[in-house]
Amino acid sequence: MKRLALALILLSILSIFIGVKDIAIWDIFNLSQEQIQILLLSRIPRLISIIVAGAGLSICGLIMQRITQNRFVSPTTAGTMDSAKLGILISIIVFPQASTLTKMIISFIFALIGSFLFLGILRKIKYRNTVIIPLIGLMLGSVLDSITTFFAYRYDLVQNISAWLQGDFSMIIKGRYELLYISIPFVVLAFLYANKFTLAGMGKDFSVSLGLNYNQVVTIGLVIVALISSTVIITVGRIPFLGLIIPNLVSMYRGDNLKRSLLSTAILGAVFLLFCDILGRVIIYPYEVSIGLTVGVLGSFIFLYLLARRRSYES
Amino acid sequence: MKVKSKLLFLSILLVILAVLYLTWGLNPNNWDYALPRRIAKVVSILLVGSSIAFSTTLFQTITNNRILTPSVLGLDSLYMFIQTFVVFVFGSALLIQFGKYFNFMLSIGLMIIFSVLLFKFFFRKEGNTIFSLLLFGVILGTFFQSLTSFMQVLMDPNEFFVVQNRMFASFNNINTDILYIAILGVLVTLAYIFRYTRELDVVSLGRDSAINLGVEYTSFVKRMFIVIAILVSISTALVGPITFLGLLVVNINRQFLNTYKHKYLIPGSMLLGSIMLIGGQLIAERILNFKTPISVIINFIGGVYFIYLILKEGRFS
Amino acid sequence: MIEVKNIIKAYGNNRVLDDVSLNIQKGKITSFIGPNGAGKSTLLSIISRLIDKDFGHIFIEGKELDQWDTNELAKKIAILKQFNHINIRLTVRDLVSFGRFPYSKGKLTEEDWKHVDEAIEYMKLKDIEHKYLDQLSGGQRQRAYIAMVIAQDTDYILLDEPLNNLDMKHSVEIMKTLRRLVDEKGKTVIIVIHDINFASCYSDQIVVLCNGKVFEKGGADEILREEILEQVYDLEFCIQDINNNRICVYY
Repeated sequence: MKRLALALILLSILSIFIGVKDIAIWDIFNLSQEQIQILLLSRIPRLISIIVAGAGLSICGLIMQRITQNRFVSPTTAGTMDSAKLGILISIIVFPQASTLTKMIISFIFALIGSFLFLGILRKIKYRNTVIIPLIGLMLGSVLDSITTFFAYRYDLVQNISAWLQGDFSMIIKGRYELLYISIPFVVLAFLYANKFTLAGMGKDFSVSLGLNYNQVVTIGLVIVALISSTVIITVGRIPFLGLIIPNLVSMYRGDNLKRSLLSTAILGAVFLLFCDILGRVIIYPYEVSIGLTVGVLGSFIFLYLLARRRSYES
Repeated sequence: MKVKSKLLFLSILLVILAVLYLTWGLNPNNWDYALPRRIAKVVSILLVGSSIAFSTTLFQTITNNRILTPSVLGLDSLYMFIQTFVVFVFGSALLIQFGKYFNFMLSIGLMIIFSVLLFKFFFRKEGNTIFSLLLFGVILGTFFQSLTSFMQVLMDPNEFFVVQNRMFASFNNINTDILYIAILGVLVTLAYIFRYTRELDVVSLGRDSAINLGVEYTSFVKRMFIVIAILVSISTALVGPITFLGLLVVNINRQFLNTYKHKYLIPGSMLLGSIMLIGGQLIAERILNFKTPISVIINFIGGVYFIYLILKEGRFS
Repeated sequence: MIEVKNIIKAYGNNRVLDDVSLNIQKGKITSFIGPNGAGKSTLLSIISRLIDKDFGHIFIEGKELDQWDTNELAKKIAILKQFNHINIRLTVRDLVSFGRFPYSKGKLTEEDWKHVDEAIEYMKLKDIEHKYLDQLSGGQRQRAYIAMVIAQDTDYILLDEPLNNLDMKHSVEIMKTLRRLVDEKGKTVIIVIHDINFASCYSDQIVVLCNGKVFEKGGADEILREEILEQVYDLEFCIQDINNNRICVYY
């Protein structure tokens, strides 16, 4: 835990001082006007948005995994991301002039509806097993995605939509990322509800018998997930995998009590995303590799390694 | 209806759709130009539909479940990865020098090696669940996809153009270079598999029952894996990945034919796969005027049907 | 006869079977009993080649297991595991006819169908032979699977907890059938079973496994003793003779 926090601080400092414009760390007390500008306009917003997105998406994954009692569910495998995407498309078609905030709200509503749809389908099936739940999510996502593509084709918005969704932090500058702040209170809310999510994760019957208002807790969980996912997707774009691997990694080492694992999950998510971002910035310097790529390669590699090492890990 | 008459019905339906596709909008003026192209296209569609349905049926039988497809295992992402990797390392000039077949054969070879490795990893030890297979497959798929796009980012734009042509093949841009060898591949695998339909019936009872009844399970499943790798290579090389077609076709097929016998299941799924692709292509081209990619139609219908199936039955495992 | 010699099987550092040796006589019912995790099912699976052993030898009628052609072996030994999930829709008759696969490779002859009919009769499944497996109750399904094993017509029949999830009536029915198979048809039956009293009443030989080792083996009167069972199960036992059977109470 301490090591994670330390890594986060170190990486944050590193992140601020890496970039095409040279800003050396020892210049910190005598920065030129231009250098301050770059820090304030680009480097610091980028850092903040990475930390918020990384922590937020990992928490989303964790909450969804608890609510569905399935380790393989995350905003990307439960159709949440695809519903948010459909929301963006609708807002572009119906309200072309709308502000980013309006688009975000519409996208949030769609993400919420999508999540409830997913949960509704889950409740209707009699026999759930570990495979079927994420598979339904993937299928639902693919149906939503095909609707999006269909309309995007109609209105010539394919490129527009993919530009929106390409996970990318290089375009984050002052004035274009502040929307992410909206998700911070919801991250806090997640911490407050951590205990209740743990209980809800033990199943409806179990949690009701312990006096939990199950439906309310699930609803709050889904609202948090939908909100964080849609703000991230609007400001940064689609980042695969994060919500899936980080919670699983943490749960391997810290167990499934959210009270204990939530903070680690959030910090590890931020650290991992930050690390991937820095890597993407230096690997073909001075160009950048998009974050989706580095996360995909690194994330799947780590996960494959863990899977091969800890074969017994499943439930 | 008996199973055989159902198969006959599917065959007739397929012929009608194929003829419709070939002749819609033809007139004496464009006859010479359009007909040969359309024939090539119909043949490719038949090949793709059949090989996807065929490979998915085999895959579901050897893994004993009704919800996985070879693409869940990342096999088609792997194909894309190999294609990009070859261009990335050797350059497109070398590929052109070696000719179109060389590349295809090389890819098939690598796919076979990979699937044997995957098999070794998964089926040799006892106690590997479908869950870990699925997780492993999805992650592997993401891994290959990300590496593929990474190499494309680094690639010379001219080289990228070569890859792109292969990668984004679609039904409007079928890779007809390999049509003959693809026909050969499908026919040979089909002839091979038809000697083993009864073993497949037994394997669908599960590993333990199959061993109990005297099937050389390990070697049998390994051989099936190789066949699947070949079929996935063929369909992906021709038109690129089509995610849900296999799943959709195989499930409808089982529902429709209501039999466990692979003697009927395999031809049924191949017919159904071809029907859906030609039907989808007819809708995409003639009704929606090319404005929608066929994968959209298939994914939409496929996904909705799948969810419907699950809600109705709720007894998959 | 089946000879098990010095079998070792480990998962990681955990030795599930630790130097197990025993002989299983022909024409008898042999029961494997023991607490959870004692290695009973693993031993059964190794004897029936479903799992590979790490060390040791299994001889079936004098020939080592690896030396058998798997198809020939399928005519000699049949195994039924406790979990039988199948995803395909089969009727009872379809399932039973699979039992003839080792003989006819799926092309069933007159002779094969005769065996199928006999097995269906034997398990009293005639009136439900055209029903699908998923329409049956647990007891009926278990009978259908046993019918398949009977159709397989092997000398040795291995069953892993055949009474799991069955009520008393069906349990007794199954055990009586197994007894008949041995007495009338000369089969050799090996079962893994949890209910000690069933093991006591119906088996000729009982093998007690504990922590991967053979703790004791012998007839019911030798095995059903307080001093043995209390050590193995860590419970207090009270054992009495009722109707010539040794019955134990441990509640």
